[in-house]
Amino acid sequence: MSDDFILQTEDLTKEFAGFVAVSGVNLRVARGTIHALIGPNGAGKTTCFNLLTKFMSPSRGRIVYKGRDITPLPPAGVARLGLVRSFQISAVFPHLTVLENVRVALQRQRGSSFDFWRSKRVLDVFNERAMALIADVGLSSFAHWTAVELPYGRKRALEIATTLALDPEMLLLDEPMAGMGHEDIDRISALIKSVAAERTVLMVEHNLSVVANLSHRITVLTRGRVLAEGDYKTVSAHPLVREAYLGVGHA
Amino acid sequence: MQRVAKARGDLALRRHSEAIAFLVMTGLLVVAPTFAYPVFLMKALCFALFACAFNLLIGFVGLLSFGHALFFGWASYIAAHAAKVWGFPPELAILSGAATAAGLGAIVGALAIRRQGIYFAMITLALAQMMYFFAVQAPFTHGEDGIQAVPRGKLFGFIDLADQSNMYIMVLVIFLGCFLLIYRIINSPFGEVLKAIRENEPRAISLGYKSERYKLVAFVLSATFAGVAGATKALVFQLASLTDVDWPMSGEVILMTLVGGLGTLFGPVAGAFFMVTLENYLTTIGQWVFVVQGVIFVVCVLLFRRGIIGELAQVLRVKL
Ligand SMILES: Nc1ncnc2c1ncn2[C@@H]1O[C@H](COP(=O)(O)OP(=O)(O)OP(=O)(O)O)[C@@H](O)[C@H]1O
Ligand SMILES: [Mg+2]
Repeated sequence: MSDDFILQTEDLTKEFAGFVAVSGVNLRVARGTIHALIGPNGAGKTTCFNLLTKFMSPSRGRIVYKGRDITPLPPAGVARLGLVRSFQISAVFPHLTVLENVRVALQRQRGSSFDFWRSKRVLDVFNERAMALIADVGLSSFAHWTAVELPYGRKRALEIATTLALDPEMLLLDEPMAGMGHEDIDRISALIKSVAAERTVLMVEHNLSVVANLSHRITVLTRGRVLAEGDYKTVSAHPLVREAYLGVGHA
Repeated sequence: MQRVAKARGDLALRRHSEAIAFLVMTGLLVVAPTFAYPVFLMKALCFALFACAFNLLIGFVGLLSFGHALFFGWASYIAAHAAKVWGFPPELAILSGAATAAGLGAIVGALAIRRQGIYFAMITLALAQMMYFFAVQAPFTHGEDGIQAVPRGKLFGFIDLADQSNMYIMVLVIFLGCFLLIYRIINSPFGEVLKAIRENEPRAISLGYKSERYKLVAFVLSATFAGVAGATKALVFQLASLTDVDWPMSGEVILMTLVGGLGTLFGPVAGAFFMVTLENYLTTIGQWVFVVQGVIFVVCVLLFRRGIIGELAQVLRVKL
């Protein structure tokens, strides 16, 4: 049973000074699927991501990834197991070039890079792979730009390329398409779809048409609790969800 | 055609700006003793190395240490003691100083590295002050007198450092060697990870980098270079004193780095020479030196945030 689920949580809870941001969440993400986590602002989606990747420690509960309890691990340790996140606020390395951004992720394959006596030219072996990843997200012509100069949507694309550079088994994407134009959304949707062919994706997304189009399964969160779960049809027909999304839901 | 050729030449110059600047700097330092006092130059070189060590941390990892005098000063004490009391040759005296600084760097780093921003600065300052009081109390440092009349000795047993030009050459070689090593560190796979951590630490962690370990290694390296600088200075002046472990020294290295250009390769060197020259001219005005330094600090922060070399690099549109 647990084999089908790459990621499971039990009673996941996070309290901030008396305020419960995430409350008793039991999440099960099936291997090889795109699972969406949706909910109104402040529902606790980002906090969930912070807990799953151990950027925050849960107040209560357990996180099991690939049959292993990862609750006590540090965040870098979780990443090293192939569970890699992106951030809601675009997280690039602003003063590195696009190529360097991706390369610093590819560099992880070397294990730890404490070799301060070696020239960074040894990293040139990753250039080809980096350029391929950059092409996948449509950034080829920007490869030598400094990341900070990119328009917002392109930064998000770069972030995805950097995440993919780690070849993670599971990706957590926090609003990967926020701030993107139509064209970018289509390209990144297609990318996520192709990426998910061999991986598992858990994503937070406000754009419901993207959610409807991409995800196999949806969990709706409000006020830190799971409100509903199922495929898009089930969830969107759920009366409580309709209420929570009144005016936001798409036809 | 001509314009294209010129543009190409420009591009080549741009690409090799750091190498060219290094050659210019080395050339200047080689001929400098013909028009400047060697002791002044050696003092400036020691501070230049100290500032480069400090810049490795603030400029390339984003960590502001307010206690670097600890490494500089204690390395100078140990080197002086080793040369004078234990009879170590100069190369071993300097190595002992550097090793001490590395050890202290590992301890201070381990205690401070988990803190961010101002807390990091405060912990480094507190630990440095603790070690300052230890230096005041310990008998081997000779309190206010310091360790005086430190013998320079013979380098590798046969180069007599009592000879001023021999001493200058040794200091210059140490400086250039460490400078190149720091350049290599910045431009190594390790340096790439450091830059990523400086730019966005949570992101670097999310890529699986254990950022604290990288920061600790960088801290120890920085402390070690600061130690080499302090130990060398003890041999230059044949003196180790409380001035070098006290907190104004930590402040001064910050100022030098800032004036020269934080996060630039050559900035700390320019900043150190600028400040040491200034102090030389201002010795007559006594305590007012601090006022002048304060004014420079304010002017730098308000008007030349990039520092001398940073502004120059901006104007020339090259990396320096
Ligand atoms: N570090 C923190 N300390 C205190 N409260 C926090 C902290 N982080 C988040 N919260 C609170 O927890 C709640 C959930 O926040 P979270 O960022 O997880 O929401 P979200 O579902 O991601 O919302 P959005 O759609 O706006 O991104 C919010 O009320 C927020 O103010
Ligand atoms: Mg959020």
